[in-house]
Amino acid sequence: MGSGSSTQHHFAFQNAEKAFKAAALIQRWYRRYMARLEMRRHCTWSIFQSIEYAGQQDQVKLHNFFSYLVDHFTPSSHNERDFLNRMFTEERSPQDSEMEKSSDYESIEVPDSYTGPRLSFPLLPDHATALVEAFRLKQRLHARYVLNLLHEARRHLVQLPNISRLSTCYSEEITVCGDLHGQLDDLIFIFYKNGLPSPERAYVFNGDFVDRGKDSIEILMILFAFMLVYPKEFHLNRGNHEDHMVNLRYGFTKEVMQKYKIHGKKILKILQDVFCLLPLATLVDEKVLILHGGVSDTTDLELLAKLDRHKIVSTLRCKTRKENKKPAEEKGKNNQMSSAGRPSPWFLPQSRSLPSSPLHPSAHKAARAGRSSSVPCSVAPDPKELSRQVRRSVDLELERCRQQAGFPAIEEKEEPVPSASEAEEQLEPTQEEWRQVVDILWSDPMAQEGCKANTVRGGGCYFGPNVTERLLQKYSLQFLIRSHECKPEGYEFCHNRKVLTIFSASNYYEVGSNRGAYVKLGPALTPHIVQFQANKATHKLTMRQRISRVEVSALRALREKLFAHSSDLLIEFKKHDKDKTGLVTLSDWAAAVESVLHLGLPWRMLRPQLVNSQTDNMLEYKSWLENLAKEKLSHENIQSSLLETLYRNRSNLETIFRIIDSDHSGFISLDEFRQTWKLFSSHMNIDITDDCICDLARSIDFNKDGHIDINEFLEAFRLVEQSCSEGDASDCPRTTNTNSSACSSPGAH
Amino acid sequence: MTEVLLERRYRPIPEDILLRAFEVLDPAKRGFLSKEELIKYMTEEGEPFSQEEMEEMLSAAIDPESNTIHYKDYIAMMVIDEN
Repeated sequence: MGSGSSTQHHFAFQNAEKAFKAAALIQRWYRRYMARLEMRRHCTWSIFQSIEYAGQQDQVKLHNFFSYLVDHFTPSSHNERDFLNRMFTEERSPQDSEMEKSSDYESIEVPDSYTGPRLSFPLLPDHATALVEAFRLKQRLHARYVLNLLHEARRHLVQLPNISRLSTCYSEEITVCGDLHGQLDDLIFIFYKNGLPSPERAYVFNGDFVDRGKDSIEILMILFAFMLVYPKEFHLNRGNHEDHMVNLRYGFTKEVMQKYKIHGKKILKILQDVFCLLPLATLVDEKVLILHGGVSDTTDLELLAKLDRHKIVSTLRCKTRKENKKPAEEKGKNNQMSSAGRPSPWFLPQSRSLPSSPLHPSAHKAARAGRSSSVPCSVAPDPKELSRQVRRSVDLELERCRQQAGFPAIEEKEEPVPSASEAEEQLEPTQEEWRQVVDILWSDPMAQEGCKANTVRGGGCYFGPNVTERLLQKYSLQFLIRSHECKPEGYEFCHNRKVLTIFSASNYYEVGSNRGAYVKLGPALTPHIVQFQANKATHKLTMRQRISRVEVSALRALREKLFAHSSDLLIEFKKHDKDKTGLVTLSDWAAAVESVLHLGLPWRMLRPQLVNSQTDNMLEYKSWLENLAKEKLSHENIQSSLLETLYRNRSNLETIFRIIDSDHSGFISLDEFRQTWKLFSSHMNIDITDDCICDLARSIDFNKDGHIDINEFLEAFRLVEQSCSEGDASDCPRTTNTNSSACSSPGAH
Repeated sequence: MTEVLLERRYRPIPEDILLRAFEVLDPAKRGFLSKEELIKYMTEEGEPFSQEEMEEMLSAAIDPESNTIHYKDYIAMMVIDEN
């Protein structure tokens, strides 16, 4: 007591204050750290998404190119004609057509040594369950059963309406799953955690079952098996990846051909049909609409319910279903401009429509005045005058491309009368029908009101809360369930909880990148979300470690993209360096990079991870670019400039390969590659000399036998990445100075 | 822009000051804090953590065998991450 105790109190108070302050300091530091971590995660996410969507745009461009060829390119020389024939005509012997008509799987024998699952029809629930178990044990289903199952699936799908209907009165519990993308682990996880499908446990799978992941065919087998076993309770919606043209690029075609070398082609053929027979949407209790992408301001459910979905083979191109033409018919009529007699490409259904070329802005209907023209959404011009103008501009474009590609000029041909006879017209979807389907399969929700073209994906639109609201009111719906977009938590509500995105492929971009989720609906229709992550490894990692891992992966992808645009970047940097000092400021760096890549990423934030050689806020750009190249070079026989071209167009190249390799042999000839690449480059305004193309082709032919082995070529990219990232920098040879400016590629990709 | 905002709100704290803060909470200078002690300080003092924040911090900081937090190592680990 007295002064002693007040001193004690004073000390006590001081100590308490110190502890308080210390704690506050630690908390503050920790929260800052977490905030930065969250930012990094967000950044990484943006990287992956923007690269993914840029790739999708590429895809659209590529297919527009081929469609353009089919529609407008008239071979002017014997060589060209042969080339086109080879590329676009499927070799169909009389036996092929016969085989297709009969059940072509019955002739396939299953050897006694086969230990995989065997199916007999009609399928029983036990068979479906056994199939899941077999695939979990990594067994493979024999091609005969695959084909059998697909035939049965097709027979079943044909009788389904475009919009399936489910009721909670019948199945008390309905589980809706989003994109799976070939990730079998996630599907098995869902079945084991949530329970296998049954009459009491209904399932809706909302599209994108295939591509990217490595077990797409197994997923399809399981889904179709359950669909046949529980037809009332098990429903599938079509996604934008249930499309053979998309599959060419994103891995499903490759997977099928690798797993089924002999019968893969047959399997792919019947899948084309099966995919376009998948229902477009599912309605639960007439209140909850489930579809893959989204809606637009013109979405018309009545029209969608009525159209013939079988006609819409691919949402990338408005074309008809292929007819079984006799070979004789196909070979003739090559000289005419009229599309009616053109050889039908095996990958593009028979072309008979008016030119719906993406070259010109579409004629707007008044109702869609707000929309800017986007690629697959073009509306066919009606008036004949417009059509003639179009043809003229198309001819000019054609001429220019031809000149650039080095092909001799042709004389102007007579303008043909667009002949779309009535009989033919019945085989086509109308533009409106096709657009309605594209919209529901490709659209994404956005925060702003309104509806605008989805330029990022190249198809469908961005739809705002008012569009959702109007649609829900128009059809008396409660909310919308869609997928199509990967979300870090596996799900996301938006538009005032009226739109739910559900995504079921966990670790989609990279191990640890995101959770998967599914949603359950009971009679009250309240969504109950369940999340999961199917990779055990991630559970042991802290969030910090998970983010780092994904980040490393994203940055690697980004560096590769930067390298692929080295030439353009150099030009851009030079613009900011008028005094030729060899240096640019860091903010100029950010501006330059964005103007070349158009990825919309926060470059300033990423800078520390991408640039480590800087002095005083200035960057020596040439050596920075050289360092990027060092990571990529491993083959001495490929010059850095060529490698850059290869990297930039890697996906396109692979897709081109697969299209040219129409018999799925795995090989294409140098000549075929050269010709296609030439045409493609000129169409895409890539400035490339003949010599460069020859060099490119020759370098890709690694064993110099005049043929390009597709898989070897792709393997080369993977190995380069691996060997350089494993820290063996010494193995990567130094870059040679790029001096062949003839190979530079200006402009956007 | 976000970066600028962040810097202003949470100015970076030098390692040694951070270390001293931990040492204030560990007057006996053992070099570690028990799990209970850390929880008590972080959820009762200063600007208290939410339960989520507490769990997240523990998951990275704690040594599961001894159930203690060796703060020197913890700081060192986090700092490497930042850079």
